[in-house]
Amino acid sequence: MSAHAQVHGVEDHHDDHGHHHKETFITKYIFSQDHKMISKQYLITGLFMGVIGILMSLLFRLQLAWPDHKFTIFEIFLGKWGTDGVMDPSVYLALVTIHGTIMVFFVLTAGLSGTFSNLLIPLQIGARDMASGFLNMVSYWLFFLSSVVMLFSLFVEAGPASAGWTIYPPLSALPQSIPGSGAGMTLWLTSIAIFIASSLLGSLNYIVTVINMRTKGMSMTRLPLTIWAFFVTAIIGVVSFPVLFSAALMLIMDRSFGTSFFLSDIYIAGEVLHHQGGSPVLFEHLFWFLGHPEVYIVILPAMGIVSEVMATNSRKPIFGYRAMVASILAIAFLSTIVWGHHMFISGMNPFLGSVFTFTTLLIAIPSAVKAFNWITTLWKGNLQMNTAMLFSIAFVSTFITGGLTGIILGDSALDINVHDTYFVVAHFHLVMGISALYGLLAGVYHWFPKMFEGRMMSKKLGYIHFWVTSIGAYGIFFPMHFVGMAGLPRRYYSNTAFPYFDDLADINVVMTIFAIITISVQVVFLYNFFHSIFYGKKGPKNPWNATTLEWTAEVKHIHGNWDGPIPHVYRWAYDYSKLNKDETDYVIAGQDFIPQNVPLQDNEDELDH
Amino acid sequence: MEATVVKTGTEDKTWGGGNQPLKASYGKMMMWFFIVSDALTFSGFLASYGFSRFKFVDAWPIADEVFTHFPFLHGVEAPMYYVAFMTFILIFSSVTMVLAVDAGHKMKQNKVILYLFLTIIGGLIFLGSQAWEWATFIKGDYGAIETKGGQIIQFLDKEGERVAIRDFVAINDADRIPQTRENGLWFVQDSEYLPSVTFNQVKEGFLANDNLLVRLQHKDEHGQHIILSREESIAKVVNDGQLVVEGANLRHNEYGHPLFANFFFFITGFHGFHVATGVLINIIIFFNVILGTYERRNSYEMVEKVGLYWHFVDLVWVFVFTFFYLV
Repeated sequence: MSAHAQVHGVEDHHDDHGHHHKETFITKYIFSQDHKMISKQYLITGLFMGVIGILMSLLFRLQLAWPDHKFTIFEIFLGKWGTDGVMDPSVYLALVTIHGTIMVFFVLTAGLSGTFSNLLIPLQIGARDMASGFLNMVSYWLFFLSSVVMLFSLFVEAGPASAGWTIYPPLSALPQSIPGSGAGMTLWLTSIAIFIASSLLGSLNYIVTVINMRTKGMSMTRLPLTIWAFFVTAIIGVVSFPVLFSAALMLIMDRSFGTSFFLSDIYIAGEVLHHQGGSPVLFEHLFWFLGHPEVYIVILPAMGIVSEVMATNSRKPIFGYRAMVASILAIAFLSTIVWGHHMFISGMNPFLGSVFTFTTLLIAIPSAVKAFNWITTLWKGNLQMNTAMLFSIAFVSTFITGGLTGIILGDSALDINVHDTYFVVAHFHLVMGISALYGLLAGVYHWFPKMFEGRMMSKKLGYIHFWVTSIGAYGIFFPMHFVGMAGLPRRYYSNTAFPYFDDLADINVVMTIFAIITISVQVVFLYNFFHSIFYGKKGPKNPWNATTLEWTAEVKHIHGNWDGPIPHVYRWAYDYSKLNKDETDYVIAGQDFIPQNVPLQDNEDELDH
Repeated sequence: MEATVVKTGTEDKTWGGGNQPLKASYGKMMMWFFIVSDALTFSGFLASYGFSRFKFVDAWPIADEVFTHFPFLHGVEAPMYYVAFMTFILIFSSVTMVLAVDAGHKMKQNKVILYLFLTIIGGLIFLGSQAWEWATFIKGDYGAIETKGGQIIQFLDKEGERVAIRDFVAINDADRIPQTRENGLWFVQDSEYLPSVTFNQVKEGFLANDNLLVRLQHKDEHGQHIILSREESIAKVVNDGQLVVEGANLRHNEYGHPLFANFFFFITGFHGFHVATGVLINIIIFFNVILGTYERRNSYEMVEKVGLYWHFVDLVWVFVFTFFYLV
């Protein structure tokens, strides 16, 4: 049915919405082609991976805080790498590697963009489904497969990949170098190659759906900012992931087939290797050509979600809609020409470093525009302190805090001092890790009723979750800046060998205690999430009084989203608190929002946004 | 139905919604964006190739001296002729693909079948040619010596003509005894790389033949490989020589820098894989055309979509051809 509808465009669908195919358990819950179900599949897989990734960080935080202490928990989870409760140094590297990989790719790329692009693109643009439901399904299952391969790699004998999530050769290329560069690394590369295929199929779908399937009246400048963000994110994905694919394939060739693309002049374990001529810096160029846009793939959807949630809960139009769109586009463009700032001390030409400094600092402009617009959206708003809103406000806070340190790191001269210290770790965790997670959480709290047929998450539990998380996250990452400025290097399993760092031991304990508290409170979120799926209070059809189209769709999930004809769109997405011509009341008396599918009223002025 | 009467205000706008702003179906656009993505993968490879070649610009093999063979013409120096032929075939298959797409627009089933068939044949000829090109490259030509520092030195006579190793080395397999499991040598493996002659045999043959010189991997300021005098040549072979290299593989390359062979195999291989998938997809579509699938669908857009892919694969070859063979 849906395939037929896609070929002939959305309009023809009106007549046949009445009948539905009998769906089996498998077609409804497993190999579903319905975007709402696929979005839930992405979310739950992403959350599952997130739990694993975050628990890994707990393990290595324990090690960092109490390097001399024996933890039974290490023995339980790490087995032979945690004999007698002492963490093996090589598994420390494995933990940080897989933590980074899982959080960046599996949680914040697939879990965030996969979930909300799938849920919101068709619903907010007024489409029955994605352009190709089949490819959408394939995209999810490739993601699932890559998750399985990544988790499987945890169980190979020599351990999973341990060369950092950036897998720089030669460390990652030579099985002799560290245990994690054997089968674990092969599986890592396999998993990521499958992930790239999944991401590509997903992105193609998002792009063409936004271009071709907007309902009548949904011009590009009437799109909610969420859709703009997902659309541009998908474009960045299509442009940058294939270059990671090139790097991964060439690394596979170096590892398994004896080429020398990234390897040269290596003497290891008493043996001279035949590799000659390659360059690890070449790998860094290819990797970061993806790697940098990747952080925007992570943060842009969160920005879109935050813009939408914030306007809705401030009961105000988003401030500077077009500036928001322009800054998304500017960030997307700039993201592809700044990768060198990850390589300032790699041996790259210092002149090139100054060029990359310039382009990097340019990103501060659109980022500042966005931060300014969020704050001015809040200004004098009628703030509704829903959980999603709290997380959105916290997003702006962490994005600014983390962004400011980015200005220091983006400067090739200043970067020398803090390169590879915990300052960098604090920077990227705040600006893309925590911020994007806040975006994810805001999205989950806000669109939960849309995902689970009207059920709402508990606001009380949400408040507990929010306050502990937001204070705890700063508790972890704020002191980390100072530790980094004091010179503590990242990736070290233990700092006890350096008396210079003894003074920093206590603050490492503080960070770990905050981490334990923050991670523990996520249980509240998980309980709230899963409990509310089944027992959550049913809310009204449009629980947040939002203007966007998804709240006009049926509460009960039906294939095709709208039981009747698809709504047409007559206004932009942000007609909150709009007054009538005489400024005596709202345009619709007593209602401070006008849904996008309400035609222009006689008593209102048409504004040019 | 108020909604059908009231104007949305974007009725005449290209991007106003409810239409196809780029006048293309979603499937066709997906193919375009896929091509963008795939083009960037190839860009990654070609940029890496450029990076590495620039790094060794003074020692990169000269393509005119590498690809000199033509099938059935043994001993004839025909630089670039065969690859030009391959390129012509591939571009010609793009022409037939255009004709197939055009016939599809006009709903002429038989013409689509004919042109699609020619396209498939063109693709297969290209793939076969590539296999032959690879085989020739792997088999090698004159043979060379690899020094302890990993440099390639090649042999010339006093007139500057290349001399093959087998022409001045007495092939003598007497000191090679094939070992078998029955001899109890099940634990011994052949070395991974086994040329037909040993280095010592080559050294003896070289010293016995006064007419021979060597030339280095490095080039002079005119872009020609540096040729050593007889005395320097002897010193080079005796002091630095280590290994006989015949042909090219992922580790050794008698034509010069091993990265040349690495990139050649990798990039033409990846491109060949694309051509192979293209041929496969074309065959599937070909049978769909014969079965009348698109006749019933009343649209040959599928042919157009695979046509896009086919042209893309051709275009990539133009770049590969340019960077590997021409410049």
